[in-house]
Amino acid sequence: MTIKDVLTGNAAAAYGAKLARAEVIAAYPITPQTSVVEKIADFIHRGELRAEYIKVESEHSAMAACIGASIGGARTFTATSSQGLLLMNEMVFWAGYGRCPIVMVVVTRGIAPPWSIWSDHTDALAQRDTGWIQLFCYNNQEILDTIIEAYKIAEDKRVLLPLMVCYDALEISHTAEVVSIPAIEEVDGFLPPYQCSLLDTKNPILLWNGAFPRDAIVLRYILADAMKKAKAVMKEVDEEFGKTFGRQYGLVEFYKCDNADAVIVAMGSVAGTAKSAVDALNEEGYRIGLARIRSFRPFPKEELRGLATKIKALLVLDRDMSFGQGILCTEVKAALYDLKRRPFIYGFIAGLAGEVVSRNEIMETSKAVVHAAEKGIMQREIEWFKPRIGGG
Amino acid sequence: MQKKSRPIKDYPYTPFSKPKIGSLGTTGLWRSFKPVIDQEKCNSCLLCWLYCPEGTVQLGEDGSIAIDYTYCKGCGICALECARKAITMEREFE
Repeated sequence: MTIKDVLTGNAAAAYGAKLARAEVIAAYPITPQTSVVEKIADFIHRGELRAEYIKVESEHSAMAACIGASIGGARTFTATSSQGLLLMNEMVFWAGYGRCPIVMVVVTRGIAPPWSIWSDHTDALAQRDTGWIQLFCYNNQEILDTIIEAYKIAEDKRVLLPLMVCYDALEISHTAEVVSIPAIEEVDGFLPPYQCSLLDTKNPILLWNGAFPRDAIVLRYILADAMKKAKAVMKEVDEEFGKTFGRQYGLVEFYKCDNADAVIVAMGSVAGTAKSAVDALNEEGYRIGLARIRSFRPFPKEELRGLATKIKALLVLDRDMSFGQGILCTEVKAALYDLKRRPFIYGFIAGLAGEVVSRNEIMETSKAVVHAAEKGIMQREIEWFKPRIGGG
Repeated sequence: MQKKSRPIKDYPYTPFSKPKIGSLGTTGLWRSFKPVIDQEKCNSCLLCWLYCPEGTVQLGEDGSIAIDYTYCKGCGICALECARKAITMEREFE
């Protein structure tokens, strides 16, 4: 029976792993770890989840243990954040390039220095080239649902890629809201047991041996192709999830984009604020929509291109930082560059290291963007949403 | 050694090889120091066999130990681990 409970984002993630019947959980329990793995330990302790819980000495080892378990035939789960994810980096590549269908929660947090526990997507986005599918959630229900979807996508024989479920620290991870928890029997019907073992004692193999360039490049090609083809599987799984549980998310969520002049592009909790800004802007007569990117890898290029030909301007809100331009903005621009008719694209660095991005600020910036596009003013440099330079 | 190229559909989704001798070629050519066993001192305890990272220590039917010099890279781990100091590393080239 489906029950409703008030859960934080982290608890919702733990419930997701429990409902998916994760069999091996390897985690490093100290900062910047979150309560996700604490809640899972509690489930195991109470006998509500039958799983092997490995307390490792670092995040690097956590991912190494997940890789071994995944190859050995277990459904695996781990969670980390910021510095922990960075320490894990080498193993994150091994899992991605090695095609292990591991599911990991990344509670996105600012990278030190200065030390920060607040939300910032730079940690997760720094892993964008590791061969992991990356989904960004913006509410607690979506986190629980996405973890169940994640295993089905990752373990699909047409995909076989690990998957990161990312959500903002504090705004989502530590905020409680009502979450519908489906019955485990219902999840069992949707998600078959793990069948991705590479271990066969009768037919031994040496995994991940050296390869000469000619073979290595083909394996890279196959990896890139799997990421490309994952899109179709992700849509398929999402539709099936919708039919079973009544909730569906898509690779990108378009909100009030029909007949819009301008569209805000954002991920995570900022997208939630932007949604409310869009409502208020539409009431004021501005035709502004929101494209919430849920899948950063693979990037919903075709979907954005379909939208871009119909609008005048895009406002990209980057809760991350690169040098020269935000990471999301770079992706958006790359996706749209070769369109014959493309909108003006204005990128803003907004909400770094937990900085609050308010609805009013998004509204004001959106209006400014619409006016700039009408006048044909191009953005020459990336702008900081709320500059504090000069002690403002 | 590169083999003839094969179609993409014949590749596995993740790289692996079947266990076989010398899949990366004759690695014995890498060696500067060669492990030499003093059969008088050796009591076939198999420590060297256990520690050799390349599996080049061979156990004969009579219990004697031999090293496959075609693949031994000369790392010297066997000589270090040998409890009876029965293995010495000798320079390959003067």
